[in-house]
Amino acid sequence: MPERIIVPFGPQHPVLPEPIHLDLVLEDETVVEAVPSIGYIHRGLERLIEKREYTEYVYVAERICGICSFMHALCYSQGIEEIMKIEVPDRAHYLRTIWSECSRLHSHLLWLGLFADSMGFENLFMRSWQLRESVLDVLEDTTGGRVIQGTCKVGGVRRDIGAEKLAEMHRALDPFEAQCRDLGDVFLNDETVKYRLQGLGVISKDEAYALGAAGPTARGSGVAMDHRETGYAAYGDLGFKPVVETAGDCYARCAVRVKEVYASIDLIRRAISEMPEGSLDVKVKGAPDGEYFSRVEQPRGEVVHYLRGNGTKHLARARIRTPTLANIPPLVKMLPGAQLADVPVVVLSIDPCISCTER
Amino acid sequence: MGIFQMTKTVLRNLAGGPATRQYPAVPARTGPLTRGHVVFDPATCRSCSLCSKRCPCEAIRLDKEAKVWEIDRMRCIACGDCVESCPFGSLAMEPEYFSPVVEHVVERYTITYVKPEKPAKKPADESAGA
Amino acid sequence: MTVNEEQTTIGVALEDLTREVKALQTDGYRLVQIGCTDTGGAYEVNYSFDRGYQYRNLRLTVGPETEVPSISDIYWGAFVYENEMHDLFGIPVNGINIDFKGTFIKTAEKYPFSVTRRGGDQCRNA
Repeated sequence: MPERIIVPFGPQHPVLPEPIHLDLVLEDETVVEAVPSIGYIHRGLERLIEKREYTEYVYVAERICGICSFMHALCYSQGIEEIMKIEVPDRAHYLRTIWSECSRLHSHLLWLGLFADSMGFENLFMRSWQLRESVLDVLEDTTGGRVIQGTCKVGGVRRDIGAEKLAEMHRALDPFEAQCRDLGDVFLNDETVKYRLQGLGVISKDEAYALGAAGPTARGSGVAMDHRETGYAAYGDLGFKPVVETAGDCYARCAVRVKEVYASIDLIRRAISEMPEGSLDVKVKGAPDGEYFSRVEQPRGEVVHYLRGNGTKHLARARIRTPTLANIPPLVKMLPGAQLADVPVVVLSIDPCISCTER
Repeated sequence: MGIFQMTKTVLRNLAGGPATRQYPAVPARTGPLTRGHVVFDPATCRSCSLCSKRCPCEAIRLDKEAKVWEIDRMRCIACGDCVESCPFGSLAMEPEYFSPVVEHVVERYTITYVKPEKPAKKPADESAGA
Repeated sequence: MTVNEEQTTIGVALEDLTREVKALQTDGYRLVQIGCTDTGGAYEVNYSFDRGYQYRNLRLTVGPETEVPSISDIYWGAFVYENEMHDLFGIPVNGINIDFKGTFIKTAEKYPFSVTRRGGDQCRNA
């Protein structure tokens, strides 16, 4: 039996944008066990809710993560609206959907770039981020922020997108989709990419479900679970079918995200053409009293905001379960059997967002 | 064969110019809505202190007695909540990002708003109001 | 907004916890999260499960020093939440499959969210 050695991976590693630490137990070059540890950047944002008024906390919720920021604000606002029984106008729902999908687009394109980088395909990395830049430009023009949008609030949205800008966005979608399809074609059909990814970090459907995997990690293994199906915001009107792959390896998880990019473009296109007229927000009065588990599908999976009000301006508790925390157990199960050189690719395939994990 | 998927993009990139810009020689792209930094007009502020109450990161401090309005640029997250809440239009959001600093300085303004003289009321009105 | 999901919350006693969780697992529920809330002197622990967007909560109320049995032998992935529960709130959890013994989330202060720790926070606007 070969000698076992422990190789620490992270918290500082060229492939990791954020600090997570893994102790890898190796036999020769093969991983036999992985032990994760987090907590390098824990900020205690959940507890800040006791010091901030519930309408102000949207800005804090938004800054939990720089990539899924709009969806954190959306999830939080929806939770408060549910507790206080606020009916949000239709136009606000549609605008929220458009911004959510723009966030998903830029998050997935960012991830595709990082993933290409982790497997050593620099050119593809730059191309992904070049496309992402055009999404960020749209976000900046419509909301005023590239990654922190700041447009979602309890009771609606803070900004409108004018008819002219909407038409411009609609026109830009076709050439953008053509470029994304060229990019996706490389990820899905290039032999070298396939050779690197197929059969790597496999997790079966039953295992993924039992371990509580979320988002593309679950859908890459064939679990058809996407919270947009429940029809929050305007997804109920627009109709939505989750993207599912069955192989359960890194290639399948990558394919899910590539196809979700196409699905997001389609959703934005339909949301723009079906955009209703009307007001943007309703006035919010009083204070939340009650509790609710608000759930939204983020680029990385399902996020849960547990909010509990006690009838004052300050909530008693916010507990935020982010998708990366749920995806750590599947990651620990994926790693055994992989080569040490493949560990960065497997770790990135769950799209770890450590800022989210360490609220 | 699936090994030349990238060729088309590579050739197009060779023909096209660079996708990046020579920042800071060429300024960053901003839009009219870009949240850059907050500017304050001391001539119109009526010290209602809504901005400092609404600020989620406690960057704004207002001293009503001393007529001082302060902003800590290092705390400010440029969310724009103060700008929206200001009932007198004393705050505005400029699209340019605030330039980098090497020292932690709290910007301080003295409020110069002078309450306009009210037309003299009749004594009867005053007693009714009180 | 018409959200097509149901949420139910049922209380559960400490000694019934593992049995109830086992029953839910047999029914095909997946573990969504375990979260703590401090209710002034005691903790409410929410074990959330989901099956086809039907959301079920088991709510356990325990005192600050009560030992809670681990459910990680039923749901293997529960260790992240149980370690978090221990590291942030100081609730002792008995028999976690991967027990980090307080080093999963490294905080400057031990048990920062515990009910036994109060005050000392600085906040001007509140």
